[in-house]
Order: sequence, then C-alpha cells, then structure tokens
Amino acid sequence: MPRANRLPLLAALALGLTTAAIAMVFFYAPLDADGFNQKIFYFHVPIALTAYACFGWGAWKAFVHLWKRTPGADLESYVAVHQGVIFGVLVLVTGSIWARYRWGQWWVWSSNQLVLFLVLFLFYAAYFMLRYSIEPGPRRASVSAVYAIFGVALIPVSWLAIHLAQDIIHPVVFTSKGPQLGGRELLTFAVSWAAILSLAACMYRLELAGKRLDARLKSLRELLA
Amino acid sequence: MTTAEKYVTAAYLAVFVLLLAYVLIIALKLARLEREVAELERLARARSPRQPETRKAVAVG
Repeated sequence: MPRANRLPLLAALALGLTTAAIAMVFFYAPLDADGFNQKIFYFHVPIALTAYACFGWGAWKAFVHLWKRTPGADLESYVAVHQGVIFGVLVLVTGSIWARYRWGQWWVWSSNQLVLFLVLFLFYAAYFMLRYSIEPGPRRASVSAVYAIFGVALIPVSWLAIHLAQDIIHPVVFTSKGPQLGGRELLTFAVSWAAILSLAACMYRLELAGKRLDARLKSLRELLA
Repeated sequence: MTTAEKYVTAAYLAVFVLLLAYVLIIALKLARLEREVAELERLARARSPRQPETRKAVAVG
C-alpha cells in the first residue's frame, strides 16, 4: 500500500480504538481497591509504554541512519523522539494527578521510578537543544543519532527500577508472576494500549508527512529562486 | 461529583487538551504550508509565461 494511504486508515483505527477504550474504562472495567481513581491507570500506563516505544523507535531509526545512511532515517528518528517527549509530558501530568489524589502530593522524590522517568524525559528534552545547536547537515544528523541511541539505554533502567525499587510507593501491576489484573481489567488495559499506540502511530505519520512536505517545498523554493 | 471523579476528569482532560494543542500546532503548520504553496505557484507562473501554442503538422492515417 502506498505510504500516503496509511494515514487516514491509521486515523480511523485510532478513533475507533480510543472510543472503545474510553467506553470500556468507564462501563466495562470493574472498580478495584484503588476506587474510581484507578481509571487513570488505563491511560497513564499505556501512555508511558508508548513513550518508551517512541524513544525506542527513534533510537532504531538513529541506528539505521548511522549504519546504512538511509535517507530520511534522521528525520524519522527526530519525529519519533518528538512524539516520545509529547507522550512523556502526558505521563508526568496524568501521573501527578493520580499521585495528588492517592498520596496527597503531586510528586514524590523518594520514588526511584518517578525520578528515573523524569531523567529519561529530561534527557530526551535536551535532544532538541543539542539538535538545534548544530547547523543542519550530516553532522547534526550524526550527533543527534548518537544521542538518541544513548538515551534508549535509560529505558531498561527505568523499567528495572520499578522492580528493583524498595520504596513500594509506586504501584507495580506487571510483576515477574505476570500482570496483577483481572480478565476484564487486562482486556481494557490491552485495548487502551492499542488505542494509544495507534494514536501515536497516526501522530507520527502526520508529523512526518508535514516535515517531508516542508523539506520538498524548501527545495522547490530554491529551484525557483 | 466525588473527589476521585474530579481527579479522573482532570487527568482525561489533560490528555484531551494536550492532543488538541497538538492538532492546533499541526493546523497552523498546514496553513503555513498552504501559503507557501500558493506563493510558489505564483512564482512559477510569473517565471514561465504561457508560450503561444505551436503545433507541427503530422500525417494522419
């Protein structure tokens, strides 16, 4: 299928899955011990996992750029990191709202998981400062690619921190014994994650299309000048 | 509305507002690209005025 045709399909998929996920969160998933506040979990955790996926995708594209010098891989890496940062903001905002209700505080510095996610987020936020401090060209692309690959090393550290942390402040749902969720909760979680992933894929394609169009218009302007 | 419901609403609104902001940014970018395309179209038309049509006679049949 041509690349241009995928965007409407992805948008339709994201719309359908998001509608289904919201309906399931409020009308299908049962309330657990955390009460109504637990409804935040169904979007907060999939958004966090999607942010990791975006950073991972950005690192993969950066690796492809360094390895094969594939045209456009640098732009794809940049857009993926951008999406990761957007979803990272959402993780921090929704997590803070949940924490305010459950813990009575917006942020807990003693939780390793929270602090490591913040470090990961700030690391990728700094990616843009680094990228735009270098003139456009091969050097900018290579330096950005190396930075994006280094950042991805923080993802397993952040993930392991959940399991290695002794603080037990942040709830752990996915343990070595499997997900600590009932069947309906797990299904709702899976649909929510699929919804957020499809939304991220749609936003990624949309932004990429805009950036590519921008680049083509720039070269056309140079031709006509 | 209970306190928990208020917090859940706030969390979902935060997601919605951020996504709307993203849509707004993309819409603004699209508007800029449209303006640029229009400008390039004007430039292209100005640079290549329509040539009088010249046809070569060819044998048919």
